[in-house]
Amino acid sequence: MLLKVRGLSKSFDGLQAVTDVDFDLPQGEVRALIGPNGAGKTTLVGMICGRISPTSGTVTFDGEDITRLPAHKRIMKGMAYTFQITSIFPRLPVKENVALAARRRLHGNAVGTATAEALGRVGLEAQADEDAGNLSYGHQRLLEIAMGLVQVPRLLILDEPTQGLSEGEIDAFKALIRALAGETTILLIEHNMKVVMETADTVSVLNFGEMLAEGTPQQIHENADVQAAYLGTG
Amino acid sequence: MNMGGRVLGLHLGLLVVLFALQFVLPAYHHGNIARIMVLASYAVGYNILFGYTGLLSLGHALFFAAGMYGMGLTIQHAGFTPAPALIVGIVAGSLVAGGLALLALRTAGVAFMIVTLMFAQAGYLTILYFGEYTRGDEGFVIQQAQRVLWGIDLSDPTARYFAAWGLFSVCFLLSLWLVQSRFGRTLIAIRENEERVRMLGYDTYAHKLGAMVVSGTISAAAGAFYGLLFGYAGATFGSVQYSIFPLLWVLLGGAGTVLGPFVGTLFMFYLIDLSSGVTSAYMLIAGVALVALTLFAPQGLTGEVRRRLWKGLP
Ligand SMILES: Nc1ncnc2c1ncn2[C@@H]1O[C@H](COP(=O)(O)OP(=O)(O)OP(=O)(O)O)[C@@H](O)[C@H]1O
Ligand SMILES: [Mg+2]
Repeated sequence: MLLKVRGLSKSFDGLQAVTDVDFDLPQGEVRALIGPNGAGKTTLVGMICGRISPTSGTVTFDGEDITRLPAHKRIMKGMAYTFQITSIFPRLPVKENVALAARRRLHGNAVGTATAEALGRVGLEAQADEDAGNLSYGHQRLLEIAMGLVQVPRLLILDEPTQGLSEGEIDAFKALIRALAGETTILLIEHNMKVVMETADTVSVLNFGEMLAEGTPQQIHENADVQAAYLGTG
Repeated sequence: MNMGGRVLGLHLGLLVVLFALQFVLPAYHHGNIARIMVLASYAVGYNILFGYTGLLSLGHALFFAAGMYGMGLTIQHAGFTPAPALIVGIVAGSLVAGGLALLALRTAGVAFMIVTLMFAQAGYLTILYFGEYTRGDEGFVIQQAQRVLWGIDLSDPTARYFAAWGLFSVCFLLSLWLVQSRFGRTLIAIRENEERVRMLGYDTYAHKLGAMVVSGTISAAAGAFYGLLFGYAGATFGSVQYSIFPLLWVLLGGAGTVLGPFVGTLFMFYLIDLSSGVTSAYMLIAGVALVALTLFAPQGLTGEVRRRLWKGLP
């Protein structure tokens, strides 16, 4: 098991955002994490990668308890995180954005090579020298993904990567995830059910901070509780 | 020539021009440029923290004074010769910077400004408190006989110019190299988006600590040289005024550019010098010029050049 979460909870000044979540992610799996707005998805992955400290519970990565580890050390252990709210370096060139991520594990010429490769994978090679802030919103999302890819993480956490992408870009994204599957373990927060159905091996559903269901995309699709949660009648 | 070559050529070119200038400058300007080079070294140090890391300190006079007094007091009271005294000054500055960093980096933004300001003020009061040794506001003169480094009399204008040029060259080239290094690029990224840098796996605290120590050490070196070359140490150099100066120089010259600190120091020095020749209300003229610059070149002189002409200038 690459990632193991036990009893993870977070409350923000009384607001219970995540409640007692258990969660396992085996090596090599593509897992989608879905749930209505405000369900606690971003908070949950924030606690996994160390951005947010949990109120209680533990996170184990590759057999090691990392609950007390600061974020940057977790990243060095092989996690990569892309932000739901685009977080790039707008005044730096696109390739420097990616190079900054690459330099955590590479030195010298290898940085440039890996940067070019990552930009190629998301189709941004032509924009390499532009300032990242000049990219369209969709392209900035792709840049975020490139910054994740270039780290060659063991666990790639993507927080709503397809938000704001065009149809064509979403198709390219799905192809990218399928290409990565097997190489990398992926935890994908996603609202677009088509993307979930076509890319995920398994799906976890979070609702009001609690884990509601887990299963294959097909099982989740047919699950009455999940439908109720999404339709707001549950 | 490739990009890196042109950048190096430009920066080395400035050093060559400054070196050659001393053979042609009249005595008055000769002395000014020597002074400007030492003060610009101070600004170079300030720029590492403010311009490249994005941390606005209001307490750099503490480091400048640590260098100046570390050097001056050991010459005055311990009978040190200039070389070890300079080293004491520089090491004192590094230690003070490291110590202050450990405290101040727990804060950010306005709180960081206030904490650095308070500690610098405490340093200033310490200088006054130990007036018996420091002679407080009045300061003390470092005699000509105490300023002979390896047989070179640093009170001689030519020797002084060379020493100032040497100091400036080292600080300037160090900063040019630093900001293009891995470490420096990470500092720039911290300035742009610290949370993102952290989530790329960098220890941003350690990087900011390193930046503050480098910045404080360069500032201390400038303070130590200033005292030695101009033969005087006084509490004014530890006052808040001397924390504001490098901020102004860097803002005017271009924060986050390698040339900016020198350009800003030169500009402001001569702006005040020339306007005080014209009218006694010279601070007014200087003030108007500064306001105009912040309106029309908000990124500073070198920053404007970078924006308009030379994108990618470090
Ligand atoms: N820093 C914070 N302080 C206070 N409340 C917060 C904070 N972050 C999140 N919350 C609250 O916690 C709950 C869960 O938020 P979270 O962002 O984790 O949901 P989400 O599932 O990612 O939603 P979305 O699909 O809209 O991104 C929400 O009610 C939100 O308002
Ligand atoms: Mg979210």
